[in-house]
Parts: sequence; C-alpha cells; structure tokens
Amino acid sequence: MIYLDNAATSWPKPPGVAEAMVHFMNEVGANPGRSAHRLAVESGRIVYNTREAVAELFNALDPLRVVFGFNATEALNLALCGLLRPGHHVITSSMEHNSVMRPLRALERQGVEVTVVQCSPQGFLDPSDVEAAIRVNTVMIVLNHASNVVGTILPIAKVGKIARRYNLLLLVDAAQTAGAYPMDVEADKIDLLAFTGHKSLLGPMGTGGLYIGERVNLRELEPLVRGGTGSRSELEEQPNFLPDMCESGTINAVGIAGLLAGVRFVLERGVDDIRRHEMELIQRLIEGLSAIAGVTVHGGHDARRQTATVSFNVVGMEPSEVGLRLDEEYSIMCRVGLHCAPAAHKTIGTFPVGTVRFGLGALNTLEEVDIAVAAVDAIVQEAR
Amino acid sequence: MTGKPYAVILVHSTSHAIRAEKALHQAGIRCKLIPVPRHLSSDCGVCVRIERADQQATLQALQAARVELEGIHEI
Repeated sequence: MIYLDNAATSWPKPPGVAEAMVHFMNEVGANPGRSAHRLAVESGRIVYNTREAVAELFNALDPLRVVFGFNATEALNLALCGLLRPGHHVITSSMEHNSVMRPLRALERQGVEVTVVQCSPQGFLDPSDVEAAIRVNTVMIVLNHASNVVGTILPIAKVGKIARRYNLLLLVDAAQTAGAYPMDVEADKIDLLAFTGHKSLLGPMGTGGLYIGERVNLRELEPLVRGGTGSRSELEEQPNFLPDMCESGTINAVGIAGLLAGVRFVLERGVDDIRRHEMELIQRLIEGLSAIAGVTVHGGHDARRQTATVSFNVVGMEPSEVGLRLDEEYSIMCRVGLHCAPAAHKTIGTFPVGTVRFGLGALNTLEEVDIAVAAVDAIVQEAR
Repeated sequence: MTGKPYAVILVHSTSHAIRAEKALHQAGIRCKLIPVPRHLSSDCGVCVRIERADQQATLQALQAARVELEGIHEI
C-alpha cells in the first residue's frame, strides 16, 4: 500500500508516537494540572515538554504562549472569533481553507468586514495586493502558510512586515506547513500561529494549538470555551493568563504525549532535512505527472514554491473515478474532490469538479512517487 | 513537614510550576512540586517547595529564567 494522503493526515507515524501514547495510558494516566500527586505532575511535565518542543520548532520564545486544542481549526476559531469584533476589518486570501473562511463568514454576519484578496490561478499571493486592501479599521491579516489544495506557499514573511508597518496582527494557518517547512514566528513576524498535531508534526489526531505572540492583547482575547483550568479555583471568572485562559476542561494529554514524540522526531531529523526530502519528492511527482498527456497539474509547478502536496485532473475522467481506481487497482491512497476549500478551487479553476490530490510526507520515498506516476499513466492510457 | 526548614513558591498554574521546576533543576537547586498548602491559597494547583536556605538562589534562578511568581512563603 502507498499512502499519499498526508495533507489530510500523516500516516504512518514515526516510531515512538504510538508507544508514547501507550506509555501515557498505562504508566501516567493522570490529569495534568488538576492535582499535585506524582502522576499528575508527571502528566503536567509531558504537556509542558510538548509546549517547549513546539515552541522550539517555531522559534517561539515563551512555551507558555503555546495553547493546546484539538486541531488547527479550533485554533483558528479561537484567534478569529476571540479577537475580531463588529466594525473590525480583516484581510484574507482566496486560497483559504474553510477553517478560515467559515468562521470569517459567520463573523461577517455579526458585522466584521472581510476582504478576500484574489490570488493567481497558480495559487500565489502578491503581498502588495494585501497592502492595498488595508483600511483604517483593519486589525488582522489571516493567511494560510501553504494551500491544502495545491501546496503553494504564501509570502508570510513579506506580509508579516506589512502587518507590522500598519500595526496589524498576522494570523497564520500552518496546518500544511508546521513540521514540513521552516518557520520562525520572530523572523516572519507572526503574531498568531495555528497548527495541527496530526499532519507534518506526525502526532495523533485530536491535537493542535495556537501560538499567541506578545503583540496580542490578552485582555481583548475572548476564549472559545470557559471552565475549569486547575488554577484560580477560588474564582468564578476565567483566568487571564496563558495557557490556562484558553485551555478549559481536561486536555487531550494522551494525544499530546504522542504529539511530543512526533515533534521530537521532527526536531531530531530537522525541518530543513525534511523539507529537502519533500522537495525532491514533489519535484519528481510534478515532472512525472506533467509528462503524461491528458493530465493537468495545478499550482506553480515548482518544488521551491510549494509543499509536498499536488493537485491534478485527468482529462475526461472524474477525480472520484481516478481515486477509486488508484485505491482498488493500485492500493494508492489519495484524496479526491473539493478539499474543504471552495475559494481555492475557484481560484485555480477546479470548482466544482475538484481535483485528485497527492499529499506526500516525510516518510514517503522516491520509489513510491514513481509507482504512483506509473499508476496514473496506466489509468490514463486505458481510458483512451 | 512540621519543623522542616522549607519554603514554597506560589505560581499561576501547573505549567508555571513545571517551568520553575525545570529552571531550578538547571540551577542545581533541589525542589519538589507539592499541593498548595490550604492556608496559603485556596487554589487547587501545585506549588514548588524548596529548602529555606535556597530562597535567594531560587529567586535569582527564577528571575533569570523569567518565571513569573505569585509569592514565596516559609512553611
């Protein structure tokens, strides 16, 4: 079997992830931050060490500004719904996932003004278009770091400079890049970074979070959920400090134990090394698919400007049919259709049909890429 | 612990307590995370217990590591 659906979730996980979760379940088990016995403290240490590992990966100076949640979507909702108010203006791109678009459309109904900056048909964003969209009431720019449909990387650092110049917050959706592409919240001037644990951080589903930078005024941040935090238990008001103010209720500590193993794997191998490997894979995949007559490869066709995700269509064949044949006849797992990002599909011209998406990951090999290209070639030849 | 020369450092949360524990370990100062004594705070969390003799060194180490404190109490 060849698994090419890493843009949805990475699989298999590296050695140590499942073991860390089993260890947590069998040997630790206690609720982090609720009690002070040795198991609870050990559980708390595991969660804290994960904050440190994530902070190291993003070059965030304070691990306590990393708050955990269930996924990038929840983190994006926290940042968007927690900071935007009626009368505020927010700028985003036409390549966004629904994890950004849907909260923004809901906020729009409450009086938040939303501008969607158009990207090129290849999926690229011109930073000057973002600057041109800034108004007097603009408070935030929210962008994905890379498209989940075509993998194109958006110019986060350039937009970060613009955001600082106009005193705006920059929120980055790093669902597709955290662990796969070098990231530096200080150098790139990222104020809020939403990440998921189960993609390129190689952890389990049900983990993710938000880095909240020092430019974010915590007094203006409304938590999505309020409740028990294990701190300030004498008060009926929500704590006003991180991470507790944004982590009510028992967190997914067993998942976070697995996430720690995943992030440590990434740190040990090095994001630069993973990036080099994925660039090699994706370049081979783009070249292989582009050489097949009848296959249209979307995006920039340049490994240096995209992640290891590529979308394509086969002339005269529905994406769903291609996907079904890849699964049944070649044991190749991929995703087909609209990838939760209608705006991105409209931008690249694949709405409403969608695409076939191959999402490669750190653990894929060049040999697997070659087998996948040959499989697509065979399907196209048979259809003629 | 009656009669033992201890002090406890109160912090905002378990995360802060673990951060303090790491900083003290790095500075070579012995400490232990224990439940917050009821007479100091009604908080349900943990605090960091140190030996009284280490109070000054502890405060310096925590300041250097930028760990926010709520207070330090002899117990």
